[in-house]
Amino acid sequence: MSQAAPAPAVVAEVRRRAALVRRETVRLIGIAKSGHYTSVFSCAEIFAALYSGIMRIDDDPQSPERDRLIISKGHAAVGLYPLLAERGYFPTDWLDEYTRLGSPLGDHPDMRRVPGVDFSSGSIGHGLSIGVGMALAARSEGFAETRPWVLLGDQELNEGQVWEAATAAAHFQLGNLCAIVDRNQMGLDGMTEEVMAVEPIDAKFASFGWDVRHVDGHDPVALLEVLGSVERVQRGRPTCVIAATVKGKGIGYMELSRTWHLGYLAPADAEVALEELAADA
Amino acid sequence: MPDRFRAPVPADQASWDMATSEGLSRAAVSGEVLADLADDDPRIVVLTGDLKYSNRTVDFEKRHPGRFYNLGIAEQNMVSVAAGMATFGLRPYAATFASFLGLLCAEQIRTDLAYPGLPVRLLAHHAGISLGFYGTSHHATEELGLMRAMAGMTVICPCDAASTRAALRSTVDRDGPIYFRIGRGREPDVYDAAAETFEVGKLAELRRGADLAIVANGITVAPALEAAELLVADGIECSVLDAHTVRPFDADGLCEVARSCGHLLVVEEHNVYGGLASACADALVDGGVDGVRLGRLGLPADEYSLIGPPTHLYRHYELDAQGIAGRGKALLDPSSATSRA
Repeated sequence: MSQAAPAPAVVAEVRRRAALVRRETVRLIGIAKSGHYTSVFSCAEIFAALYSGIMRIDDDPQSPERDRLIISKGHAAVGLYPLLAERGYFPTDWLDEYTRLGSPLGDHPDMRRVPGVDFSSGSIGHGLSIGVGMALAARSEGFAETRPWVLLGDQELNEGQVWEAATAAAHFQLGNLCAIVDRNQMGLDGMTEEVMAVEPIDAKFASFGWDVRHVDGHDPVALLEVLGSVERVQRGRPTCVIAATVKGKGIGYMELSRTWHLGYLAPADAEVALEELAADA
Repeated sequence: MPDRFRAPVPADQASWDMATSEGLSRAAVSGEVLADLADDDPRIVVLTGDLKYSNRTVDFEKRHPGRFYNLGIAEQNMVSVAAGMATFGLRPYAATFASFLGLLCAEQIRTDLAYPGLPVRLLAHHAGISLGFYGTSHHATEELGLMRAMAGMTVICPCDAASTRAALRSTVDRDGPIYFRIGRGREPDVYDAAAETFEVGKLAELRRGADLAIVANGITVAPALEAAELLVADGIECSVLDAHTVRPFDADGLCEVARSCGHLLVVEEHNVYGGLASACADALVDGGVDGVRLGRLGLPADEYSLIGPPTHLYRHYELDAQGIAGRGKALLDPSSATSRA
């Protein structure tokens, strides 16, 4: 890496935020009594890094120049909400009513109801196209420093629209677009390579004309280095960062467990889970 | 030949087979109109999917090359890309065949445009059975039902070049997505070319008569007017309503007409389920209007269209003046069924 190593204080912030994401995910899904713990746990450090200086955002969640984040794997939104609340985009007590009747905060994010959510998602496969549209508009409207970040699931790469978007991004030379693949190895039904193979992800994106990088998606230092090194250029190859992660990372029995894609921890189990997370942090 | 085929129709001036393609095309109009609008409105961008010559968005490209995006044969991506653009304040117009836009991309339209309320305009051209012998894959006879069921959607079916122009011009600043269902570009002129009277969400009364109201939109408006003329000979006085806006639908206007004449014949280039006839039926139910006879003339509920030159198909499915007049007469006959569906 050509840049200096990330400052220890920033690394500590990523660790703190990742712990917040996991802890709050356990609490919030406890309110809903059903949710995607493991899909959040695999990208907790990615969320934390993006909101610890990687994304250029400010106190106004509608600032036109801000970076955008499209959570194409929309079922991870419960992990994003605590970070948006922490930034002051909405009152933290919204979290206490997560998924309750009329709450702005649902299992999938709604841009019209949740300040800081840059696009509504939930239908797997749309997000990279949204990012392409944002990148084209950012370029045409003169937002030279604005970058759309698109967080993709790995099983999501089965969706044909992802590759329509990947084609268009390279065709239009969207050097201002960055996709992050949360390579947590699993879909809902099991391991990706058994459900419907997605590998070789790097060779696929590379052959579509993308600049591909690999990173350990649970290592704050590596994430800050790799995501921080993605240049903000108006024209060039779009960037795909493949983050090697573990679905369910942080709770031993959830890691790479098919049955925990959707689940619910009863209060006693949630307490044990929180202890495990605390010991880890 | 199965007996359900009607007698062969001779090719005529309006038929696909005839070399009339240099005539004023609504699609060409949309390319030019958008280019004119974009002269004064920097928000306007145009997208298409490898069909710029067919839909004449090439005319826009020539004048605004930097604001034209060809997304190739990837319609779902095109719709979602337009959504992303709209979040930056742009007004994207995305054009392709209605079958691919309204049917293939229905979920992207619902989830990425209507649900977030983004001002993307969909130019769904060659709608209905206007692609004739290209077959069912290229026909769009169900998508009004889909578009009409989406909260926050505006659905407009102009009937000729002038109304397409007026509809485009009058809706630039409208909130939310708009589905423009437009034809192949060979439609006869109904409106004065200079007319700029287009009011979204209002039925346009083109003719008034006391016995029967024919409710039409798109390609069926011109033959509906002709049918009204034919029916005069039988002593039947018809109203003809251009129901160009299917959502929001002018329910009050329709109920008023229904109460006054008691007989409605809805004529549409769409399956008789889900489209304009359903919008009328919904309006009558919501308005508590009883005792109205509602006839539905469109593509039969349980059939996909035959193939053939479009004008032959319109004749076959009674969507021409003679067919409409015949169904109008039947509707007024108390012993007849109200609909073929």
